[in-house]
Amino acid sequence: MSFLSNIAAYVPSRIVGNAELEQMLGTEAERIKQTSGIEERRFAAQDETVVEMAVAAGRKSLSAGEGPAVEMLIVASGSANRRFPGPAASIARALNLGSIPAIDLPMPSAGAVFGIALASGLTPSYRQILVIAAEKMSQVVSEQGTHPNVAVLFGDGAGACIVSRDRGVARIVDVLISSDGTFAEALQLGFTGPMTMDGRTVIMQASRKIPETMLLLLARNQVPLDSVSAFVLHQANQNLINQVAHALGMPLERFVSNIERYGNTSSASVLIALAEWECAVGFKPHTDVVMAAFGAGLHWGSILLRGTEPSD
Amino acid sequence: VELQDKVVKIIETIARSPGPFTSDESLFDSGVLDSFALPELVAALEQAFSIRIPDSDLNADTFESVSKISSYIQRQS
Repeated sequence: MSFLSNIAAYVPSRIVGNAELEQMLGTEAERIKQTSGIEERRFAAQDETVVEMAVAAGRKSLSAGEGPAVEMLIVASGSANRRFPGPAASIARALNLGSIPAIDLPMPSAGAVFGIALASGLTPSYRQILVIAAEKMSQVVSEQGTHPNVAVLFGDGAGACIVSRDRGVARIVDVLISSDGTFAEALQLGFTGPMTMDGRTVIMQASRKIPETMLLLLARNQVPLDSVSAFVLHQANQNLINQVAHALGMPLERFVSNIERYGNTSSASVLIALAEWECAVGFKPHTDVVMAAFGAGLHWGSILLRGTEPSD
Repeated sequence: VELQDKVVKIIETIARSPGPFTSDESLFDSGVLDSFALPELVAALEQAFSIRIPDSDLNADTFESVSKISSYIQRQS
């Protein structure tokens, strides 16, 4: 059994509205809002790195509560700034975590869900695992380029949480992670050249796989869909969140959304959304919440969380 | 032709702009459909033709035009 706690987020201070992007990329501000639900996003400063954003989120997470020391770090990022080493070891060093294993998941979008899923399986050996997802997508877009309609979607930020063997605000009841390389080329970023996305294929795949993973997860835990109090999805596009709500026949109000303010922060988005939701609403004892994400790979997955009693 | 007509009728119920559109014309370049109409289109086709379109066939090319959709449905039926 494992638990989730110390959910935290960091976003850079610079707000970039659609009007500013219209000037930069030529995509009409209103069209950005219409096709994605995004009104603004955060861009990191030029010299602010994935490591620094991850450390900011990690510090918040570590300072959010007392507990035994972290014994492992897992970092998801699809926008780290070098081939190797990945950012995990530098983040562990900056957080003074000693020589604990620090593992990189070079996985955008679904990275945080995969990180939490892996951590939850490792808690028998590592009592507390810090999971961080951090992305500087603005750098990817500005340095390697992509289609303007894709470029406008992204923002920067980081999220963090602790997966613990002993306690937390929610129990990780079950996880379901999947991958399929059939459409690996549909969304990719090479070492050089632009990020490319076959948006139609990605949307079709996501619209089917996200509801499916959640339904499978709930069914194998005998949890009725209607009893889920909140769905926290990767904030890829508001229209996709709407599609998933429609496919599940669930009211949109149960779907946490902050994409209007932060855009798509790739792997970080689901943790940023969860952190905000926890501040605003929070886990209630025995109440179920589902996290889900989908992205390049294709990788996708879902996590069933159940609020714990304060004494748990 | 009957199958194509049925496909056209389905597309018309989902269309973002009314058309007209030819059978070989890209439904996306012409603005008849946008990306987010695709899941709706897939669901409508599955229901109308009593088929299940597998994940492996959910790619942009399959649903590019009326003729491509019709050929695909024909192969499935």
